[in-house]
Amino acid sequence: MNKMLGRTASGLFWMMRYLERFENTARLVDAGFRMSLTRARTAESEWESVLTTAGTRDLYLQRHEQFNTGGAVDFLVAEKDNPSSLYSSIAAARENARMTRTALTRDVWEAINEIWIQFKRDREANKHRTDLPDLLSSVRQQAALVRGSINGTMLRNDIFRFAVLGALIERADNTARILDTKYYVLLPSSASVGSSLDRVQWEMILRSASAERSFHWLYGGEMSPSAIVEFLIHDVRLPRSIAYCYDEIIETLSALEREYGRRTPAHDLAASHEAHITASNSDAIIGSGLHEFLIDFIARNAALSSQIEQDYRFAS
Amino acid sequence: MADGDDFFDEMHGYGNEVRAPYQAFHQLLSEINPARLKRQSHKAEEFFRRTGITFNVYGEADAEERLIPFDLLPRIISAKEWRMLTKGIEQRIKALNAFLHDIYHRQEILRAGRVPAALILENEAFLSQMVGVDPPGGIYTHIVGTDLVRTGPNEFFVLEDNARTPSGVSYMLENRETMLKMFPELFSRVGVETISDYPSLLRKALAASAPAACTGKPTIAVLTPGIHNSAYYEHAFLADQMGVELVEGHDLKVVDGRICMRTTCGFEPIDVIYRRVDDEYLDPLNFNPDSLLGVPGIFDIYRAGGVTITNAPGTGISDDKALYSYMPDIIEFYTGQKPLLKNVETWRCSEPSSLQYVLDNLSDLVVKEVHGSGGYGMLVGPAASKAELEAFRKKLEAKPGNYIAQPTLALSTVPILTDAGLAPRHVDLRPFVLVSPQSIDVVPGGLTRVAMEAGSLVVNSSQGGGTKDTWVLSDE
Repeated sequence: MNKMLGRTASGLFWMMRYLERFENTARLVDAGFRMSLTRARTAESEWESVLTTAGTRDLYLQRHEQFNTGGAVDFLVAEKDNPSSLYSSIAAARENARMTRTALTRDVWEAINEIWIQFKRDREANKHRTDLPDLLSSVRQQAALVRGSINGTMLRNDIFRFAVLGALIERADNTARILDTKYYVLLPSSASVGSSLDRVQWEMILRSASAERSFHWLYGGEMSPSAIVEFLIHDVRLPRSIAYCYDEIIETLSALEREYGRRTPAHDLAASHEAHITASNSDAIIGSGLHEFLIDFIARNAALSSQIEQDYRFAS
Repeated sequence: MADGDDFFDEMHGYGNEVRAPYQAFHQLLSEINPARLKRQSHKAEEFFRRTGITFNVYGEADAEERLIPFDLLPRIISAKEWRMLTKGIEQRIKALNAFLHDIYHRQEILRAGRVPAALILENEAFLSQMVGVDPPGGIYTHIVGTDLVRTGPNEFFVLEDNARTPSGVSYMLENRETMLKMFPELFSRVGVETISDYPSLLRKALAASAPAACTGKPTIAVLTPGIHNSAYYEHAFLADQMGVELVEGHDLKVVDGRICMRTTCGFEPIDVIYRRVDDEYLDPLNFNPDSLLGVPGIFDIYRAGGVTITNAPGTGISDDKALYSYMPDIIEFYTGQKPLLKNVETWRCSEPSSLQYVLDNLSDLVVKEVHGSGGYGMLVGPAASKAELEAFRKKLEAKPGNYIAQPTLALSTVPILTDAGLAPRHVDLRPFVLVSPQSIDVVPGGLTRVAMEAGSLVVNSSQGGGTKDTWVLSDE
């Protein structure tokens, strides 16, 4: 049987949370940048909502007077003091990888180390100012390389499971935040329902979750708040939906249960969260308060994260 | 400083000949296109960076990880030279273990007056808690990295015994891996002894020293101070290569008389700990109470036979540089033989006549702290400025017992690859030795450290030194 260090489990879990955050933030910056190019008039409020989604709006305002592309991109990509910036996320992911190096295959470690080396070079060369799209596309490519090497080279044992749990919890959190930042444009009370401004906002939500193409493919181009909420929260076919993340979380925890021969409180907690998610459909959620639903979910998701840390002795 | 021609070059001797051990390689080298050499050199660097083979330098503001420069040209040692070195090292390590057992038991060498009692009993590296303790298998130094230098065709000296926690073995292994990748054809045409079984030998040596409390297959772990330690890469590398856990102090706890690691399934006992943490940080209850790196109570468990700690606590005293000067006596005392490998002449500044000599000749000598390592706090007289010499003179006068001095040795050179072609640079050699109750294994190779600056005699990686792959030839 595996006897893995609690600290190693923690390192893997957090390595993947930071790696996922790295990718999510890159996606947010990409969406924000696109909006600022195509709709210069609303750029300011778009960057504000991107910063809010990343949970760093207040920190940003301590350093910048106003929301603009230059300041927001610097802050979200390169700022060392912003714990959610691309720089800080990949530095933390790599530090956790270094700590758990003995649990990683050489391929995985090298892929992570490579992103870090490349990103540091790009940051020093100020590439986020001169060629942001290229920087972001290389971030996406390299993150895909890490994911590929994890899937292709790691044993399907507890090491892999803790890594997967970290990624899924972070991703569910991120999708909920994307929706919550823009929840008001999805409400029926919104004055300009169906207006072109709304359509752009909805598009932005989907783009932030890398879901715009699949949405159009599945829903035939018919955009509605209800369909978007349904897609991002309930559609298990979408790998960034909350339901998908919880399906996988439960499956991963079940695999751990089989391997360790013991069920922990985290299993029950995850099951109750999943039941809560699937119990209501999108219309009901919008009707009774999308914002409240999302805030509640974010708190539940965080509680599950702590429960996992406690059950598997991440800390002494 | 002496002119380059005075130094013994391991490839070219004192002139333009090509010495026998280098002949096959020299021939092959002449067939390699210089542009390819350069290209491979860059590739090697990229490989080290990608793999993350880095070390942290203490005291630097932005504690970034740094790469140790790697030079592509191997340092080559003949089978005959190696046999001679191996015998000398084995003799020394036997004597060291006998000495350590003696000073922690009957102290006969002190009673015989061969080593001053004060040097041992008042030494801060002497662990009185180890008196009367018998390490499993009677071994104190499971892992040793003896530092050797060469000054002529047959002139080898031991510079340091490094029996505490020698580092660098990961570089020996990674350097070879790199060479195999960069120049695979060389190894099919020159017979080089293999070193790749070091991790499995290490694992065996550790398992062979399992404590009394271990009943089944021993569980082994490498104990590291953490990712900010200068040798963290090596700790992770060795744990990985051996297939054992890499633990930190806060992963461990005393449970039911055993040292246990906190796993995802509860606490699991460890039998053998290869520690890369110094004695004083090992156990805040028994030693330094401020240590956050150690495990409270681990020493009591060790004494009760619940865990093996390698190298044994208290071994560090053998790295004392004043004690080093007594090694010839120590070897004779315990083996009844003359030392096979020479010691470097050493002045103990604690002795007034020696101190006077050292002060009078400071600009010709190398002065070291008795407890120092890694090239920190050391003076290289011939390379020092007037101001540096004066500052050091004050330190010496204030605390003479803290220092020893040695002549500046004419270290041998080996060519490195520079932008201007091949050029000789000074080197030393650290072979790695594994000691188990059954055997002493000197792994045929080692870490060759090389000063990258022309004329420099300082090879420490913390001071900008580089490394080379070290080839021990398999036949004459």
